Amino acid sequence: MNPEYVSPENGNEKFLQKLDTMGIDVHACFQCGRCSSGCPVAEYFDLQVMEVVRLASYGMEDILLASKTIWLCAACETCATRCPNEIEIAGLMDVLRSLALKKGVVPAEPRVPLFHRSFLDSVRHWGRTYEIGMIAGYKIRSGDLLSDMKLGMDMFIKGKLKLLPQAIKAKDEVRQIFSGKGKEYER
Amino acid sequence: MKLSYYPGCSLEGTALDYDHSVRAVCLELGINLVEIPDWNCCGASSAHMTDHEVGMRLPMRNLLLAMDAGLDILVPCAACFQRLRAADKALRADPGYWDLRKYTPDFQIIHISTLLARPEILEAIRQRVQQPLTGLSLACYYGCLSLRNPRITGAPNWEMPENLEKIVSATGATPVAWSHRTECCSGSLTLARPDIAHKLVGDIIEAAKKAGAGALVTDCPMCQANVESRQMERIPGEPLLPVFFATELLAAAFRGEYPVKQQKVHLVAPAILTDFFAQSGPAREEAV
Ligand code: SF4
Ligand code: SF4
Repeated sequence: MNPEYVSPENGNEKFLQKLDTMGIDVHACFQCGRCSSGCPVAEYFDLQVMEVVRLASYGMEDILLASKTIWLCAACETCATRCPNEIEIAGLMDVLRSLALKKGVVPAEPRVPLFHRSFLDSVRHWGRTYEIGMIAGYKIRSGDLLSDMKLGMDMFIKGKLKLLPQAIKAKDEVRQIFSGKGKEYER
Repeated sequence: MKLSYYPGCSLEGTALDYDHSVRAVCLELGINLVEIPDWNCCGASSAHMTDHEVGMRLPMRNLLLAMDAGLDILVPCAACFQRLRAADKALRADPGYWDLRKYTPDFQIIHISTLLARPEILEAIRQRVQQPLTGLSLACYYGCLSLRNPRITGAPNWEMPENLEKIVSATGATPVAWSHRTECCSGSLTLARPDIAHKLVGDIIEAAKKAGAGALVTDCPMCQANVESRQMERIPGEPLLPVFFATELLAAAFRGEYPVKQQKVHLVAPAILTDFFAQSGPAREEAV
């Protein structure tokens, strides 16, 4: 991170407007550190949660989208729950991930978005999660064929993974939801 | 009591037995469950984490389907519960934004433990227990999503919850006091970063052991699957802790029996419960 670049003067106005319309008041942060101290995955982050919030208030979108932190955040909501200013920090992480995907930023933790995509492909297709299809899709995309093989077999033997998907009737309604025609995309 | 029922995808897959125990316990307690017709996936963490529109519209479709019945909606999965609550809040705040003229259903979205920990239900539970689980020390594990964020979940005691402890006590078992009741197990990362899940689950299991628990009890199917499966990589010889669903314990206590079929679904052998019922044979016969 170039310290001379990190400044509200170089901030991305559109990004700040987006946070504003979503009610994520990053400017309310007074750097108390409560969010960082309770985060269960903090030790794996390259930016701590309180840094993410401050960088967001400066409009430093590009730095944030390139970070590992946005992908390693587990969406546990501990930070947003404990923030004395009720800043929707987990919601901020959601915005950062979706912007990174929309803008095609190379993810610093590529396996995480591949997992989400595999999961959502299965939902888009069947209307419900099809676990075997989802896991197979993830394994193929990530090239991570070996890890968890034994676990997968154990779960299969225990009848925890169904061979066939449970499709819903109104699949067209779910496809419509995924069609990319929603309001969020128009904005 | 009649409720709409949203099982969610886990309860058709990895947590199929959770669905069975929820239905069995509700039947026993006189709670009539009406499954929401043609419900779809709530999107879980993956949808809202990467696409706000999809993350909202998926659970919204289920709420609109539930409006016909107009009944309170029972949700056993903590993740589904949180997503349905988030969608309900967004719809109530601004139906126009989501292309609805109005949205004012008077139903509530209720997570299973909130229902089971109501005083009158706890009383009914106590009356129906055939085999009290006396002497079992259990660590109640809530995880994240039935509690956080309280602005979404409406949970009254998000840092110091007590629903699971109340339910466990009603079975006659002893809930232990311990540190990691509401810590995250990183279920949403478990496939992509098993190393992180392994670390967090290890911490949770160590804390439960330190408090003297012989097993965990939860009401989240993501936690149940993740905390059992990520113990598999622990050092051989280390004792492992099984994770029970609260309704699984209730079903066993009601029947006075822990069925073999149920024992087999656990990745970590549920010896503590199997042994307990093996030793309390006479009570089981009385119950039949
Ligand atoms: S808890 Fe809130 S106010 Fe404190 S550092 Fe984090 S974001 Fe800022
Ligand atoms: S929501 Fe993400 S950033 Fe916040 S505490 Fe949880 S893992 Fe950390």
